[in-house]
Amino acid sequence: MLAARNITLAERLDGVTAALEPGCITAICGPNGAGKSTLLSVLAGLLTPNGGEVLLGDTPLAALHPRQRAKRIGYLPQEPVVAWDVAVRNLVALGRLPHGDRGRRQVAAAMETLDLLPFADRPPSQLSGGERARALLARVLAGEPEWILADEPLAALDLGHQLDLLRHLRREAEAGIGVVLVLHDLALAINHADRVLVLDRGSLAADGACEDALATEVVERVWGVSARWIGDPGARALVVRGCSPSTKLR
Amino acid sequence: MSKATLTFAVLLAIAFPLSLLAGRVWIDPAATPNAAIILAELRLPRSLLAVVVGAGLGSAGAAMQGYLRNPLADPGLFGIAPGAALGAVASFWFGYAASAWLLPLFALAGAAGAMALLALIAGRTGGIALFTLAGMMIASLAGALMSLAISLAPNAFAMSEIVTWLMGALTDRSWREVWIAAPPTLLGIACFRFARRDLDALILGDAAARSLGMRPGALQAWLIAGVGLTVGSGVAVAGIIGFVGLIVPHLVRPLTDRRPSQLIVPSALAGALLVLVADSVARVLPTVTELRLGIALSLIGAPFFLWLLLRMRKGLA
Repeated sequence: MLAARNITLAERLDGVTAALEPGCITAICGPNGAGKSTLLSVLAGLLTPNGGEVLLGDTPLAALHPRQRAKRIGYLPQEPVVAWDVAVRNLVALGRLPHGDRGRRQVAAAMETLDLLPFADRPPSQLSGGERARALLARVLAGEPEWILADEPLAALDLGHQLDLLRHLRREAEAGIGVVLVLHDLALAINHADRVLVLDRGSLAADGACEDALATEVVERVWGVSARWIGDPGARALVVRGCSPSTKLR
Repeated sequence: MSKATLTFAVLLAIAFPLSLLAGRVWIDPAATPNAAIILAELRLPRSLLAVVVGAGLGSAGAAMQGYLRNPLADPGLFGIAPGAALGAVASFWFGYAASAWLLPLFALAGAAGAMALLALIAGRTGGIALFTLAGMMIASLAGALMSLAISLAPNAFAMSEIVTWLMGALTDRSWREVWIAAPPTLLGIACFRFARRDLDALILGDAAARSLGMRPGALQAWLIAGVGLTVGSGVAVAGIIGFVGLIVPHLVRPLTDRRPSQLIVPSALAGALLVLVADSVARVLPTVTELRLGIALSLIGAPFFLWLLLRMRKGLA
């Protein structure tokens, strides 16, 4: 379990409490500036909260050595940075750094899982956006973490590549890995996540099964838009009619 | 052993004995009178010092470029080389430079001062931007103080000594300088080796590197220590020698898989080779007085830098 207990971070998070379960996909949603990426960074141990604590199992995250933490939590930042244009094989192998080994087996397995073997010797500059996103996710998988925390991993991808990456993440969740994603696209969240946390101005506005946490009234209240879901569960689309008359966009 | 390490080790093994023989007077070990003494007391320490100084600058350049993820980074950016030079200039200014030990000790003290100031300003946060700006500030301050020392030199001789020394050279160096520079340089390269995994993690950017267990403060401490030891000791015995730290990683990178960790040892060897060859060429050239090593390397380095910029511009176009 990865649990946030009453997390407070100066003007960015205000008393967020949530216990995340492994083996499922949890989406963190919210308008711009709601604190989604900040919460993900706190859960990954990259930001130290002013108040509260994050527990990984029974252990406070702050008590773990950074390398121990890195072995258990894989973090994928939003910016797909790759300096020096290292070949995909070496890029994926960076996931083994916390373990201090070359992890040939794990690197090969991660590349195979994400269909990267044909590009193994290619530099990321010669990859498409989708291939690059898969290579960066493979880097996280090579570390064999218990948790995968990804900040808007689908943001720069087209529909096909979004679904492809979600398929890979679902496979990891089914294997018992805890997957936590910051998602802007509410339709992707409601159709593909098992659970959704909705943040509003640093506080938890909703937390639960996606159909409940992203119910129309929550969307109207938090995002300030007049909207309704259409379609069946698992194939929902959000129809936005406009801004709510009473709401000012932040 | 990687391809790059092997390549530069072999080239260095070929160049080193040749550099011992090269000079205004070429030595034939069988025929030149007093060849053994000239080799043991003059040529050997000078060549070894070229290797030590070059290895320090090359490895520091590789570590700096890896840390800043910037191919234009140079060890001078940290302000440690100017700090060491300021220490040496102070020894000239106060008239202590005549003592063979005091000049390098002053320079090492200058390097240590710059390292301490850098660590103090950058603090424990490990932020790269603040760190680089702090280094540039120290470099600028040390440069201004050196100019002040030159303009207020107590006599013309001191001024001339300072200016000549700042050009960088390995002329008339002895075993003493080798013993002063070699241990810190080896220690400094060891610091870079300790930092190698964190430098690799930085390929993915700061946040991902931290998620992989990189501790920014610790990495910064290894780099300050490494650059301080390699560059500080290099400046202490040879003066300012520019461009080696900038050029060498570029020469080495195509022979490696481009990870910063794979660049450190081959860059040390390539730096050693470059300074050794440049110093040998400076000795052999039929100029009235021996060409200063720092000038020779800058003459090679500036066109290379221009070529690099043009290539980058072509890449961006």
